[in-house]
Amino acid sequence: MSGDCRSARGGGDLQRSQPLRFEFDGRSYQGLQGDTLASALLANGVHLIGRSFKYHRPRGIMAAGPEDPNALVTIRRDAARSTPNLNATQVELYDGLVAYSQNRWPSLRFDTARINDLLSRFIPSGFYYKTFMWPRKAWHSLYEPRIRAAAGLGVASTEADPDLYAQCYGHCELLIVGAGPAGIAAALTAAASGARVMLCDEQALPGGSLRTGTSARIGGQDAADWLRESVQKLTAAPNVTLLTRTTAFGYLPHNMVALSERLSDHLATPPPGKPRERLWQVCARQVILATGAIERPLVFPGNDRPGVMLAGAARSFLNRYGVLPGARVVVLTAHDDAYQTAIDLKAAGVQIAALADMRTDPAGPHVEAARSAGIAVRTGTTAVGTRGNLRVTAVGLAGLDSNGAVAGAADWVKCDALLMSGGYTPSVHLHSQARGKLRWDEATHAFVPGAAAAGCRSVGACNGLIGAELVRVFEQATAAAADALRECGIHDQPGAIAISKELAVSEDRGASGGWIGALPQPAGAKAGKAFVDWQNDVTAADLKLAVREGFRSIEHIKRYTTTGMATDQGKTSNLNALAIAAQQLGRAIPEVGLTTFRLPYLPVGFGGLAGYARGDFFAPVRKTPMYDWAADRGAVFEPVAMWQRARYFPERGEDMHQAVARECAAVRRSCGLFDASTLGKIEVAGPDAIEFMNRMYVNNWSSLAVGRCRYGILLRDDGFVYDDGVVARLSDDRLHVTTTTGGAPRVLGMMEDYLQTEWPHLKVWLTSTTEQWAVIAVQGPQARAVLEPLVEQADLSAAALPHMAMTRGLVCGVPAMIFRVSFTGELGYEINVPADYGAEVWRAIWASGQAHGMCTYGTEAMHVLRAEKGYIIVGQDTDGTMTPDDAGVSWAVGKNKPEFVGMVSLRKPALQDPRRKQLVGLLTVDPAHVLEEGSQIAAEPGQRPPMRLIGHVTSSYYSSVLGRSIALAVVSAGRSRLGQTLYVPTAHGESTVTVTQPVFYDPKGERLNA
Amino acid sequence: MLIIPCPYCGPRPELEFSYGGQAHVTRPTAASNPSPAEWNAFQYERANLKGLHAERWRHIHGCARFFNVVRDTTTDEILRSYRSGEK
Ligand SMILES: [Zn+2]
Repeated sequence: MSGDCRSARGGGDLQRSQPLRFEFDGRSYQGLQGDTLASALLANGVHLIGRSFKYHRPRGIMAAGPEDPNALVTIRRDAARSTPNLNATQVELYDGLVAYSQNRWPSLRFDTARINDLLSRFIPSGFYYKTFMWPRKAWHSLYEPRIRAAAGLGVASTEADPDLYAQCYGHCELLIVGAGPAGIAAALTAAASGARVMLCDEQALPGGSLRTGTSARIGGQDAADWLRESVQKLTAAPNVTLLTRTTAFGYLPHNMVALSERLSDHLATPPPGKPRERLWQVCARQVILATGAIERPLVFPGNDRPGVMLAGAARSFLNRYGVLPGARVVVLTAHDDAYQTAIDLKAAGVQIAALADMRTDPAGPHVEAARSAGIAVRTGTTAVGTRGNLRVTAVGLAGLDSNGAVAGAADWVKCDALLMSGGYTPSVHLHSQARGKLRWDEATHAFVPGAAAAGCRSVGACNGLIGAELVRVFEQATAAAADALRECGIHDQPGAIAISKELAVSEDRGASGGWIGALPQPAGAKAGKAFVDWQNDVTAADLKLAVREGFRSIEHIKRYTTTGMATDQGKTSNLNALAIAAQQLGRAIPEVGLTTFRLPYLPVGFGGLAGYARGDFFAPVRKTPMYDWAADRGAVFEPVAMWQRARYFPERGEDMHQAVARECAAVRRSCGLFDASTLGKIEVAGPDAIEFMNRMYVNNWSSLAVGRCRYGILLRDDGFVYDDGVVARLSDDRLHVTTTTGGAPRVLGMMEDYLQTEWPHLKVWLTSTTEQWAVIAVQGPQARAVLEPLVEQADLSAAALPHMAMTRGLVCGVPAMIFRVSFTGELGYEINVPADYGAEVWRAIWASGQAHGMCTYGTEAMHVLRAEKGYIIVGQDTDGTMTPDDAGVSWAVGKNKPEFVGMVSLRKPALQDPRRKQLVGLLTVDPAHVLEEGSQIAAEPGQRPPMRLIGHVTSSYYSSVLGRSIALAVVSAGRSRLGQTLYVPTAHGESTVTVTQPVFYDPKGERLNA
Repeated sequence: MLIIPCPYCGPRPELEFSYGGQAHVTRPTAASNPSPAEWNAFQYERANLKGLHAERWRHIHGCARFFNVVRDTTTDEILRSYRSGEK
């Protein structure tokens, strides 16, 4: 059948007066406002929607909801807005929608990879594991690219996502997930209490199973009218937030539920600036899950042809979208619910060619109603196969004997749609994500919620009320809402719903039955493929094979066969797969157990998860007060611990190498200006400040005079260097501690930890002052001459302010701390002024320096200058396994100290082993060769792998001042190897090096003390 | 997301806190000259248990205090929180 399959009946979700145009695979169709892409395609008689993942078999729409495993499509608005792997049942139609099928080449109707289906006996489960093992090299060049090309899901746009994604928090007493009859009854109960209530549903319209079609009347009116009035009440209530198009996809600890709200995907032209999605992180005191149940397909040969559909889905398509699944249908069921589908379709004019029930003696109101509607019921009947290519044309029905075995030949019944039902599986996903337990219920053949997480309740079908009378659902839902409110301390619930009146249900028919696992097949027959997992193309035979090959755990069987591992996460397949595996293992279903439910319940886009954290908002950018000045000068910046630091200042087309050479030369010759503001700074104050620092750092601070500085080293308690920096004593009870740029927050955190939890009796206060001070380093022989004209109330002479001293004074009239310190080996000062004055003082010093040939330099030159002097950088020359002795700074460790962090570890023999790697200098025999940082070092030349390696290069630069390359390295027993020749393997061979002291420039420190 | 009761500020979202590992691990002083086994236990041995776990948290984006929490590692339920130094 093709063309118009729209019925005048049903269509409760439609606005029939609003036609919409849309495109599928380049062909134009008409749909109606309220359609999903799936219903609109079916209304046009299009059943072939996609090709299956592995065998490329033609596939149609099986379900009406997000559980559908087949109908994945790509929706394209423009080049950047092309979203793959959307489920056609979830895509709301809008005018001009453009959709494409996936996983087919060259076209959907003719797909060359269909040959996989004909070769399928050569690609059983575990095929990839068995076939593509050897040769190893072929994985990268041959197997993997081909598997990836053949394994088809859609293709995402490679352009940047132009849409906006919002994120927000929600806070409420009660979150209800699912706005079907159970969720709405719970919400009505809670709304009356005045508590903050959130109710969400993944569909565009609330109502859940009530929209699918029910015979029941509620509160004396049609279910549809009751639904409309209830939704109006909830919408009007100021304390209720009703979110539609909102999927609860993750249940996290402490009742935080993640919701994904789709805001504009259903609009033909989303208004500019409107977010596409909103990610809600709802912190709920109590949660009620009313997530319903998912119909189970039946597992029999040929059950995947287009036109084979779940019976409840067919009823949804009729009653919600006015779509007829076919003109002549066969219904195959093991559950009463499918009878209602047959009755509704017959009333819409569809011919029911057969209603086959696997049960030998079905009875009850549904069966009565079907018979009185004139539908012939074949009891004790199963299906043994189907016929058809791109659409089902016939189904083979066969009788079952009293043992449940197939008896007699198949009766091939012509049909253009086959509607099946194995009953319903409760949607326990969120209950399980919350770490609730599951219990096997023998009566309904279902896993139902057992002990739940605190503050989490399941009601209705997801709690095992499958096919139950609506009144029982209402009782459970209203009671759960009342309980949840009481747990929030809301005992006064005047507006409680009277089940007897407002929710009184009549003409309701409870439904029962169900089947799990594969349907019986004739003995010895060469059966076709009976699919269990449509999306990953897993058949009953695959699962049996996995068990025969020795897999026992359901988790292993899942991974080996890939059942339940597609994007639908086995919503329609898991229980059938479990039953087939259990039967093959000869064990009961609850003994075999379920696989783990993991978030997300449905796929969510990365855009929604990223939210605002993109581009400029991905991470904070920290800029120093001198940033703009440097940017104006054309500085090249590099990110260092979120700071933007000037790396070098190129002039007249210089590359980095040339700029760094010029900057280094200027510092050594006259004077350089450097922005050191990013240096971490912590003020340690209080009567016990010195005692605290004695305990934290390796140094002895008691002997540090006021106005003097000292190089400090901080270890962790494992004895390894954690941070370093210059510490100045500002007064008796106040220290100015500097840290590495990246280390400031973690050093402060570590100090707070020891202060608060180990030595809480010490009277010390710690304050981060990193951003209070702009730090301007003036380094070089002319530094004093540059600064002196700008300084008042301070004496910069060598006698008054020697190396490692500090003083206060005015610089350009601004109160400043002046440190005489050097990270270059030259006469140097670090001027600290309040950050707001940083740029002004910087400009003044720059101006004063012009007469002296001053130059600004960046972090790259700073690295070279300090390496020439052998000053280490923690994190570059140390790697978290270096002791002070390894790093060549054991002189800093205070003698006769009773305690410091790491002191006990330093006593370990392993940390005193003379063979440990120690910091040394390396000079290449070829002075032009600059070693690669990270290169390994060997004692013997010309080794072949595996080589014996004794160390590695930590810093390596070309020193233009020295006219050659220099390197720092850590080498086993390095200090005993001075003068030795070692070998550094390179990409092109080997570089021969000589071990030296790590100080290459002015080893006596005469320039420093000038 | 955990809602963590800071003993100084009250219940706050987990985002405001940083985790500080197992609580009540005694750090031997250097003066006590701990044996290698004692020091090793302090440095590296942790309970990693299933069930009730006393652990340290720091309200880093709040009052900045360290404190202790008893949490059930199987359910994430927080049974109590108390100040450092208290039991
Ligand atoms: Zn706090």
